[in-house]
Amino acid sequence: MLKTGDPSRHAASAASWKHAPKTKRDHHPGALGAASIIAAIVLLPVVTLMVIALSGSGADWPHLVQNVLPRSSVTTLALLIMVAAATASIGVTGAWLVVAYDFPLRRLLAWALVLPLAVPPYLAAYAFVEFFDFTGPPQTALRALFGFKTGSDYWFPDIRSTVGAAVVLSSVLYPYVYLTARVVFLMQGRNIADVARTLGARPMKVFLRVLLPVARPAIVAGVSLVLMETINDIGAVEYLGVRTLTFSVYSTWLNRGSLEGAAQIATIMLALVLALIFIEQWARRKQRFHGARATHMKARPPRVGLKGWRGLLATIAVLAPILSGFGIPLYIFGGYVSRRLDQFLEPALIDAFLTSVVTAACTATITVAAALVLLNAVRLSRTPGAAAIVRLASMGYALPGTILGLGLLLILTGFDNLIDGLMRQWIGIGTGLMLSGSAAAVVIACSTRFIALAEGAIRSGLDKLPPHLDQAARSLGRTPAGSAREVLLPLLRPAILTAAVLVFVDTVKELSATILLRPFGFNTLATYVYENASRGVIEDGAVAALLIILTALVPVVLLSRALMRDAEATQI
Amino acid sequence: MKRSTALQLRAGLAAVAISSFAALATPALAEGKVNIYSYRQPDLIKPVLDAFTEETGIETEVLFLDKGLEERIAAEGENSPADVILTVDIARLTKAKEQGVTQPLDDADINAALPAEYRDPEGHWFGVTRRGRVVYASKDRVAEDELSYADLADPKWKGKICIRSGQHDYNLALFSALIAHWGEEKTEEWMKGFKANLARKPSGNDRAGAKSIYSGECDLAIGNTYYVGLMMTNDKEPEQKDWANAMKVIFPSIDGAGTHVNISGMALAKHAPNKEEAVKLMEFLASDEAQQIYAAEVFEYPVMDGVEASDIVKSFGDLNADSLPLAEIAKHRKAASEMVDRVGLDDGPAS
Repeated sequence: MLKTGDPSRHAASAASWKHAPKTKRDHHPGALGAASIIAAIVLLPVVTLMVIALSGSGADWPHLVQNVLPRSSVTTLALLIMVAAATASIGVTGAWLVVAYDFPLRRLLAWALVLPLAVPPYLAAYAFVEFFDFTGPPQTALRALFGFKTGSDYWFPDIRSTVGAAVVLSSVLYPYVYLTARVVFLMQGRNIADVARTLGARPMKVFLRVLLPVARPAIVAGVSLVLMETINDIGAVEYLGVRTLTFSVYSTWLNRGSLEGAAQIATIMLALVLALIFIEQWARRKQRFHGARATHMKARPPRVGLKGWRGLLATIAVLAPILSGFGIPLYIFGGYVSRRLDQFLEPALIDAFLTSVVTAACTATITVAAALVLLNAVRLSRTPGAAAIVRLASMGYALPGTILGLGLLLILTGFDNLIDGLMRQWIGIGTGLMLSGSAAAVVIACSTRFIALAEGAIRSGLDKLPPHLDQAARSLGRTPAGSAREVLLPLLRPAILTAAVLVFVDTVKELSATILLRPFGFNTLATYVYENASRGVIEDGAVAALLIILTALVPVVLLSRALMRDAEATQI
Repeated sequence: MKRSTALQLRAGLAAVAISSFAALATPALAEGKVNIYSYRQPDLIKPVLDAFTEETGIETEVLFLDKGLEERIAAEGENSPADVILTVDIARLTKAKEQGVTQPLDDADINAALPAEYRDPEGHWFGVTRRGRVVYASKDRVAEDELSYADLADPKWKGKICIRSGQHDYNLALFSALIAHWGEEKTEEWMKGFKANLARKPSGNDRAGAKSIYSGECDLAIGNTYYVGLMMTNDKEPEQKDWANAMKVIFPSIDGAGTHVNISGMALAKHAPNKEEAVKLMEFLASDEAQQIYAAEVFEYPVMDGVEASDIVKSFGDLNADSLPLAEIAKHRKAASEMVDRVGLDDGPAS
C-alpha cells in the first residue's frame, strides 16, 4: 500500500525542494516524502468529511443547539473525564505494580492485565447488563440472601447509566494505558530512580515525584487512545442508553437524513479532541526526559518483593480489573458457548476466523510500517510542523467508525470509478470496483483507523530514547537509515511489538468500517457476532465472540512474554 | 456460494500493493446470480433464499450492512454489483428511493400479490413481511387486555413502562404513525405523558423490555411481535421462555384505526447488473410459498392477504393493522426524531 504512490512521491519531494530553504533537514526527501504521502492518504477520508460538513446548509443546527448538543456534550464530557481518570489509575497502578514489585501470581497477571483489550466494548456492555441485571448473579444472590421477591423490593445501581457506561468502557479500555505505561516503566533508566533514592526519597515518593512525571507522555498517549475510543463508541453507549455526541451524529444522519449535519458534529468533535491533545502537549512543552545512555534504557532496578498481606493486596489490586473487564464477559459468553459447542466446527465460523487473522495481520504490518515512516520523518526533520501533521494523521481514530468509513467509501469508489472510466475509454475494458469491491477496502479502512494506535505506542517509546543515541551513531559514520536500523529499532522493539499487537487486536474487534466496506462473502468474527447481536440473539454469536477473545489472546501472550524476556535478560 | 475469502483478501492486497490493473478481476458477476445488499440479517433470509435457489437454480449472494447501505450503493454508482436491496424498516426503503439508488418496477404479479398500503405508489419498494409494534404486558400485574396507544400516556401507568431508545427505527416509525394520525401537537403532548410514565431511561432492546417485565421493573413494554415468538421457542436459552410466559401481548390501536405495523421490504437497485434474476427473486418473495416460509421461520406476519401467520403468532391474538399507507407514515420520520429530542424521551422519566 505504501508503495502505490511512488511517482507522485518523487513529485512531492521535488516540490518541497523548490520551496523550502536549503538546510540540512532537506537531505531526507525520500523519508519526508513517504511520510507526507502516508499522512495524505490517512487524512483524505477526514478531509472528505470536512468537505461534506462544509456543503451542509446548517439547517440542522437550531434543533441541535436547542435540543441535542447541550445535553449530549455534557454527557460526553462527563463520560470522558470518568473514563480517563479510571483507565489512567488502573493502567498506571497495574503497570507499576507488575514492573516494580514481586507478588503472588505476578507473571501470570502481567499478561492477563491485557486480556480485556480483546473484548469489544459493545459486547462488554451487553455482558455487564446481563451480569448486573435482575437475573444476574449479584442480584440473584441478594434476593436469596434477604428474601426479596421482585426488583422493586430493593435498590441496586443501574449499569444502564453514564456512570455504568464509564465502568464498562474503563474495564475494557484500560489496557491501552497499561501497555504504554508498562513499556515506559520497562524502558525506564534505573539511574533517575537511584539518584532520587540515594537522596533519601522513599519508594512511593520516587514513583510519584520522579517516575510518574517521566512516564507522563506515555500515559497521556495511552489515555488519549482510550478517549478517542470512548468518543467514537456507539455500540456500548447506545445499548446502555447514554446519549453521547456520537449518538447525535448517528441520529442526525440516519433519523433526520442529514449526513452533512452529522459530518458537522463529527468535525467539531474532532476539533475538540485535537484541542485537548495540543493543550496537553503545550502544558509540558518544557519537559524532556531521556535516559543518559543506551544501557540505561534496559537496566532496571530489581523488583521489590511484597510478602504477606501486602503481596495479597497487590494481587487483588491487579486481579480486580481483569475480573471486571475479562471475567464478566467470559462468564456471560462462556455460559452461552457451553450450550453451543458444536458451532466451533461450522465452516462459516472457521472462515470468519481465518479472515479475521489475515486481515488483522495485514493491517498490523501496514500500520506499524506506516507509523515508523511517519515518526522517522519527525525524527529527521525535527520541526514542530512535521510532528503536528503526524498527530493530525492519526485523528481519524476519534471519528465514529462508520463516519470515517463513509469518508473512505467516497474516496475509494471515486478512485475506482475514475480508473474504470479511463480504462473503458482507453482500452475498452472496465476495471470495476477495484479497491472498494475487494477486501483491500477493509484493510485500508482498518489501517486508516488504527494508525493512531501504532503511532501512539511507538512514539511513546521513541520519546524515551535520548536523541544523542542517534547523533552518536551518525557521528560514528552511520547513515540515518543505518542508525535507525541498528540502534533505534532494536531499542524500540517493545514499543513496536506493543503497537503491532494493539492494531492486531483492534482489527479483530473492528466492526463499523468493516461492515460498511467489505465485499461479498467477507465475514470476520466481529461481523459474525454482530449479525446475531443485531437481531437480538447475541447468544448465537457467543462462540464467535469467544473466538475474538482467543484470537486476540495469542499475540497478547506472545507480546507479554517478549517484553518480559527483554526485561529479564538485561536485569542485573 | 462463496469464494474463499483468504483468496479474495490476497487478491485485494495484491491490488493495493502493485496497483496494477492486469492482476485484477472485477467481482465476477456470473450468470444466474443475484447480489443482495441487505439490512436484514443473512440467517433470517437464508431459508427463503435457499428455497428460491432450489426452485430457479439462481444463486444468491448476501452482503449484510447495518448502516450506510444507500450511501454505499450511491457511491458505487454504475459499477455497483447490487441487484436487490432488502431492509427491515420502512424509513430505509423510502430513503433508498430518495437517494436515487432504486429503480421502479411495475410487475403485475407483485402488484397483484401485495396490498397497496405496503408498497411504493411508484414501484420503488415493496413490503415483504409485517411486524406489529405492540405492548408486552405483565400477566400478573396488568388486568387490562386492551389498551390504545393513547392510554400509554395515562398517569395511571406512571413508572411502569419500558422502551428501547426513542431514536430506534421501530420507535420512530411508531411515532411517525401517531403524527400521521394525530398531528404533531397532539403527538407531542402524548409523548410527554408517555415519557413521564417510563420506569427508566430508554435502553437495551425489545427483549430487554420483556425481561424487565419478568423482573418486575416494569409492567408494560413496547416491542415487536416476532420477538415474543422467538423467546417462546428459545430452547438454547430456556430462561427466555420464562420472560415470554410472564407477559401477554396487547395489540394497541391508534384511536380505532388499528395497530401500527412496520415492514421489512425489498427494492430493485438502480444499476442492477442482473436485473432479470433480481426481478425473479422479487416475484418469488411476493409468492405464497415464500410468504409462508417467512411466516413460519421468523414469526412475522405475511404481507399478502390470504397467507396465514404461524400458530404461535396467531396465539398472541388478532392483528388489526393500521391501513394508512406506510409511504405516508415514513414522511414524518424527521419530525418524529426531532420530537424525541425535544421532549427528551431518551433522558428518561426523571428529567
